[in-house]
Amino acid sequence: MEPASDASIVVLSLKVAFVGTLLSLPLAIAVAWLLARRRFLGHGVINAIVHLPLVLPPVVTGFLLLRVFGRRGAVGGFLEDALGLTLAFRWTGAALAAAVMGFPLMVRAIRLAIEQVDPAIEAAAATLGASRGWTFATVTLPLALPGVLAGVVLGFAKALGEFGATITFVSNIPGETQTIALAIYNLTQDPAGEAALWRLIAISIALSFTALLASEWLARKMDRRR
Amino acid sequence: MTLDVDIREPLDGFTLKVKFSAAAGLIALLGPSGSGKTTTLNVLAGIRRPEYARVLFDNDVVADTDQGIWTAAHTRRVGYVFQDSRLFPHMTVRHNLRFGRWFNRKFKSDAIPEAHLVELLGIGPLLGRTPLTLSGGERRRVALGRALLAHPRLLLLDEPLGSLDQARRQEILPYLDRLLTEVKIPMIYVTHEVGEVQGRATRVITLKPEMEQ
Repeated sequence: MEPASDASIVVLSLKVAFVGTLLSLPLAIAVAWLLARRRFLGHGVINAIVHLPLVLPPVVTGFLLLRVFGRRGAVGGFLEDALGLTLAFRWTGAALAAAVMGFPLMVRAIRLAIEQVDPAIEAAAATLGASRGWTFATVTLPLALPGVLAGVVLGFAKALGEFGATITFVSNIPGETQTIALAIYNLTQDPAGEAALWRLIAISIALSFTALLASEWLARKMDRRR
Repeated sequence: MTLDVDIREPLDGFTLKVKFSAAAGLIALLGPSGSGKTTTLNVLAGIRRPEYARVLFDNDVVADTDQGIWTAAHTRRVGYVFQDSRLFPHMTVRHNLRFGRWFNRKFKSDAIPEAHLVELLGIGPLLGRTPLTLSGGERRRVALGRALLAHPRLLLLDEPLGSLDQARRQEILPYLDRLLTEVKIPMIYVTHEVGEVQGRATRVITLKPEMEQ
């Protein structure tokens, strides 16, 4: 297999992380709202399921993804037949793995942000004629926005560095599923790859550092707004 | 509009019971702290569902919990000036004022024009500012304007002068009096000081917390 260039590896990583984050954001917001604002039977169970990818060995998550979303998996088979969308061993699958692994971090941050919005302000919106959906869109979400963005940045950073679930689900294919983390892993096995290895490590540190600074800055902005 | 209210809700150590009928004008709701005044307003606004409530606006049954009728707060058209104003911190005064406009656009005809109300409340110079930069008295006036611009059928005022010093009260009272002559909908004015409503109220209802037998 032909090794890919640094630039193409970075671009693929960003694409995978971006698509994964974007896809999981609407669901993350919905689940965060549910956990923050509703009390129902199974609240704790849903909370635990959301956090599962954070504590499960990533190889387990990757294997389960393969079984469910692989070509012969229940959902994967359907997606391929009905929509022509293949996930296993494709960059789309890497994006799904990224989405699943970043999801708990996003839900956590967004839930905290929603919990900080005073329900009394939402009640005021209701007395002015705003339905629950409109109240959420015009009051709750804008007030929680810095927290939502912080969640997005964290989820994105996690997606960018994902390794275990990705390699199990979509393998390590240069140009298709080989993100920065997977490329680094390959280079650690290759004595001739020392220079390339350090280049990718530097890029990886720079990306992670930027994401953390951004999320920290947003969190501070959120505090000032309250 | 005539208003028929019958509410029962167990509170801390006693059961709140409010029952009255009233026509347009200023209805004063008096009583000491903890007598259920704000609870009554919350039930009327639809943001608290009590054990029992039957509320009629003219012939419109807004709530009848025995029949399972409970109109959602956002479709009741009950304006509410909260004690703590509750302005939206992420919007300017202008956007706060216009918040209810879109949701109640069907009811435009019977409303006070925005420009007139802004003048009446003296909040013209505040329109571009955000709530965090306003004084307590300014916030009350904006909250009053915001509630009225949503075209309510009934206006609830929860201690509109509460936690304001004497000078601030004197700042708000003239605006309230002007509104009373211009706004034709019934208003319920909650206070624990009779003096505030003397000469203004067309009806006085006093809540007394009664201990359970």
